[in-house]
Amino acid sequence: MVKVEFLGPISRPSMEVDIANLQELKTYFKEDKELQEWLAICAVAVNDTLVCSLDIPLSLNDKISLLPPVCGG
Amino acid sequence: MLELHNGPLQVEAILTSWYAQIKDKNFGAFIPFVGIVRDEDGIEGLSFDIYEPILNSWFNAWQERAKAQNAYLLMAHSRGDVPNHTSSYISAVVSPKRKVALKMINDFVEDFKANAPIWKYDLVDGKRVYAKDRSHLLQGHGLLKADA
Repeated sequence: MVKVEFLGPISRPSMEVDIANLQELKTYFKEDKELQEWLAICAVAVNDTLVCSLDIPLSLNDKISLLPPVCGG
Repeated sequence: MLELHNGPLQVEAILTSWYAQIKDKNFGAFIPFVGIVRDEDGIEGLSFDIYEPILNSWFNAWQERAKAQNAYLLMAHSRGDVPNHTSSYISAVVSPKRKVALKMINDFVEDFKANAPIWKYDLVDGKRVYAKDRSHLLQGHGLLKADA
């Protein structure tokens, strides 16, 4: 299972999903209309590194983080 | 050096501590930036969430850039609520030469605003309101959005 965590203002508990890559996660979230609004503006990190491709293979215990727009300071 | 504090930053104590750490290291310039929460648009203050793993790697990458120019970075940021007229953010650059530090503090703060994984909320009537309109999209955003 892969852990998915929703950071900052998304305010959702983390979850575990059985997926092999990010493309499968994209499909998994397809019907979640509320989350789609966040997904349009969220960046994605795999094991705390931001990624820009869906073709990244995932392994057991990998962690995916969704990062909404940021504003420190 | 990166410090995270719960609530508003104790500016005088932090700057005094930083100065004590660097004053005998033969740096010629110590250039701090202190961010102070302004009373505007009826807010009572700001509030912050931080994702520490990526913040640490972002900061460490900057520290390496600073090191390559014989400079050193210090940063402190608040978690949670920070009332108006108190500080949520301090950063500083020390370097042998003034010009390096002046340029770096600007570049560092700009990149901090654009990329540090910190989420800001306005405090309005005691509630947190995500400052979405003032926030910056990160690289690769929208990757998981369903195709139209």
